[in-house]
Amino acid sequence: MAKGQGAQLERKKLLADPIMVTTIVVLIAFLTLFILYPLAILLVDSFVSKEEGVTLSIFQRVMGLSNFRRAITNTLKVGFLVGIASALIGLLFAYVEVYVRLRTRALSGLFKVVSMLPVVSPPFVLSLSMIMLFGKAGIITRYLLKIYDNSVYGFWGITIVQTLTFFPVCYMMLKGLLKNIDPSLEEAARDMGASRMKVFLTVTLPLLLPGIGNAFLVTFIESIADFANPMIIGGSYDTLATTIYLQITGAYDKEGAAAMAVILLCITLAMFVVQKYYLEAKSTATLTGKASRARMLITDRSVTVPLSILCGALALFVVLMYVCVPFGALFKTWGYDFHLTFKWFKMVFTRYKGLKAFKDSFVLSLIASPITALLSMIISYLVVKRKFKAKGFIEAVSMLAMAVPGTVLGIGYIRGFSGGVFHTGFLQGLYGTGAILVIVFIVRSLPTGTRSGISALRQIDKSIEESAYDMGADSFKVFMTVTLPLIKDSFLSGLVTSFVRSITAISAIILLVTPSYLLITVQINEFAEKGSYGIACAFATILILITYSAVLIMNLIIRYFGTSRVSSD
Amino acid sequence: MSNEKKGVRLEHISKIYQDPKTRKEFYAVKDTNLEIEPGTFVTLMGPSGCGKTTTLRMIAGFESPDEGEIYLGEEPINALPPNKRDTAMVFQSYALLPHYNVFDNVAYGLKLRKLSKVEIRAKVENILKLVQLEGMEERMTNQLSGGQQQRVALARALVMEPGVLLFDEPLSNLDAKLRVEMRTEIRRIQQKVGITAIYVTHDQSEAMSLSDKIIIMSNGKVEQIGTPREIYYHPKSRFVADFIGEANFLKAKVIGKEGSKAVIRIDGREMAVNNYADAKQGDEASLVLRPEAVTLAESGQLPCKVTLSTFMGSYQYYQAEAGGTTVQITDYNPVNKRIFEAEQKAYLQFDPDGVYIL
Repeated sequence: MAKGQGAQLERKKLLADPIMVTTIVVLIAFLTLFILYPLAILLVDSFVSKEEGVTLSIFQRVMGLSNFRRAITNTLKVGFLVGIASALIGLLFAYVEVYVRLRTRALSGLFKVVSMLPVVSPPFVLSLSMIMLFGKAGIITRYLLKIYDNSVYGFWGITIVQTLTFFPVCYMMLKGLLKNIDPSLEEAARDMGASRMKVFLTVTLPLLLPGIGNAFLVTFIESIADFANPMIIGGSYDTLATTIYLQITGAYDKEGAAAMAVILLCITLAMFVVQKYYLEAKSTATLTGKASRARMLITDRSVTVPLSILCGALALFVVLMYVCVPFGALFKTWGYDFHLTFKWFKMVFTRYKGLKAFKDSFVLSLIASPITALLSMIISYLVVKRKFKAKGFIEAVSMLAMAVPGTVLGIGYIRGFSGGVFHTGFLQGLYGTGAILVIVFIVRSLPTGTRSGISALRQIDKSIEESAYDMGADSFKVFMTVTLPLIKDSFLSGLVTSFVRSITAISAIILLVTPSYLLITVQINEFAEKGSYGIACAFATILILITYSAVLIMNLIIRYFGTSRVSSD
Repeated sequence: MSNEKKGVRLEHISKIYQDPKTRKEFYAVKDTNLEIEPGTFVTLMGPSGCGKTTTLRMIAGFESPDEGEIYLGEEPINALPPNKRDTAMVFQSYALLPHYNVFDNVAYGLKLRKLSKVEIRAKVENILKLVQLEGMEERMTNQLSGGQQQRVALARALVMEPGVLLFDEPLSNLDAKLRVEMRTEIRRIQQKVGITAIYVTHDQSEAMSLSDKIIIMSNGKVEQIGTPREIYYHPKSRFVADFIGEANFLKAKVIGKEGSKAVIRIDGREMAVNNYADAKQGDEASLVLRPEAVTLAESGQLPCKVTLSTFMGSYQYYQAEAGGTTVQITDYNPVNKRIFEAEQKAYLQFDPDGVYIL
């Protein structure tokens, strides 16, 4: 059998569409240059030395460093524990929300806040609050419990902070899966005589197991890739991300850092492959069925009361930790003098160039977010709706970016662009500019945007676009008049998500930012490390206000202009 | 594009797909030749997976044939993308643009052709009148009933004045009553406009009532092409006989010829029947009996034993053992006839001119 002619005709039809062809070419060039190439250069750097040619000596050297070997075990230990704890807490929250009748409005409100907070806040504020609540000068430890030498730095600090930061992600993932379990499965088990516990253990849990594994790995990867929390609360407990950062900023060992980055990348990549291509497929495959009708919620007080109290307390604790940040900026001296003051906020703007920092962060993120949102919608459109050869490449590379820790990407950009592409000087002008920061923002947010775009597009019947195509529209017209309007909500939320992710990003940016740009997150990190918590909190508070208003504005826009309006009236 | 009705010709068309699980390649459509006359209503029919939708989508341009050439009128269109083809399709899911109202949906293709606003309004209103939706211009599509959405989809395709109108199982999402109403409507409009129409369905009453010609497909190949009558009364294969309507197959032996008819022996009895299969003396053949062409009686051509007797309202439904097979019988208007009960002996009574061997 020869499929030759069909493929050839498809190609001809594609080539008859110049805008489409240009888009694909530009996309491939962008993805290759800014995702694949920086990673490739890391491999080259770590396997090729000027003196010896292709060699393993650089790897031997970094593996010989005891602090690096320790960093690997530290990272894996933290990641493992954070993964398990987050998945379990996430499961608890999801189960309570989907299965248990919550008596109070307040509790369900609290759940919403908890799922929302990590989205709008910079990923490392919990480290700040952890230190301020439980550290040497912590309100709880020092002021309430009169413990004067409590150390939160190190393994437990990182683990607790990361767990509290990441578990809402697991909660949201597992909630989605639990909602897909058909209640009649569990009712059938109950009907055959199983107790509620038995039903959970023999029906719900087995169905959910791949999903829990998935949540575990996603958090594991996040934890391993996390840079800012270990930086602030790690103390001398170094993880891979911080070690790599120090290797390049402290020891100026570029090849060593590259080799370390390759090792970190291999770990995250391996997990990502398992997660994406095995667990994710499996977890959705077992739970494809839509719930046929509403579930009878558990109202038994012996179940609802303890679960409500447990979740309520945990949620309250998380909220408390976030609330602690603005208060940290309002107290005169944290832990000693609780008079309210605006001096930290004033100092942010008068002494520490706060205005410039906010302007730089804001403007760069504002440039990056529409580009990211549009790019991810285009990629999702191509991946879901079109057939062409390079489609697999585009999908794989844009998803690959999800598995690349920011630190690795940062090192890749340093090595890849500081001397121009392949050290030839080509595109050297990019390095050190705002443009490269914008590009990093785009690359870092692209996978999330693409993923949401893909799932939004999969909901849309293929024939709707085909009908437009059939009536004479070319791809560009179809995309602009049909696809984009139909996934407007996803586009808008992609816009805000990428803005929020960009303005709160730190791991890759901290390696690439030059003194001509002041970024808020970098400032927060700097002051937190110095122990100037008042200033750090003031910066963080304003940042949270910005991101929170961005999300609020998005919700308003979606409410008044979103696609949901079209279908409801 | 023009108002001119066009014919469609498929020459040696094949389409190869890959099974996503086994990665094995197979022919979805194999070496298919078709000639569709301008202005006719032709239905592609067959069980799911027979290649009818793939054929339609190749004509529309959504799929590209791996072998062969498709002609629209005299123009080869293999390399043309769907937006450049003079075809318009009515989709199974209607595929109305949910963010547009009725008017904008129908006007979409006209706007792309850059017609003037006045012209667009005139054409849209004209077409909406034809499909009996005048006054609905401002409605959003989700405020319409299924039948109305179907009319918008039809109007949207018709307004383009395409050379060929394509239908991909357009009525399968409607309830039974609406389906009958809409198929009458589709036939009325097609005849009024005089457009060439290719219609895909697996519903035989739709195919029968709509088509000038029916094309029966199976396993990627054309089994038979003919008018509804030809297909029903002269099926060329057991597949077609079985697929269109109900059919009983009784084993028979050809023992001789009598003019154009064949003399067969079945269950020890001899009779002369139509010989569409050109069977020769000594052949084993199947005698095809339509359930409605047979009744049960106290005397007749073949003895049988009733095994099931059910009152269905407009007919009495029987199953009976005859000649070693189970025969289905639908006896219409049974009110004044003798009703046989299970386990009773009876005879199959039929007109030997109405049965044939395959």
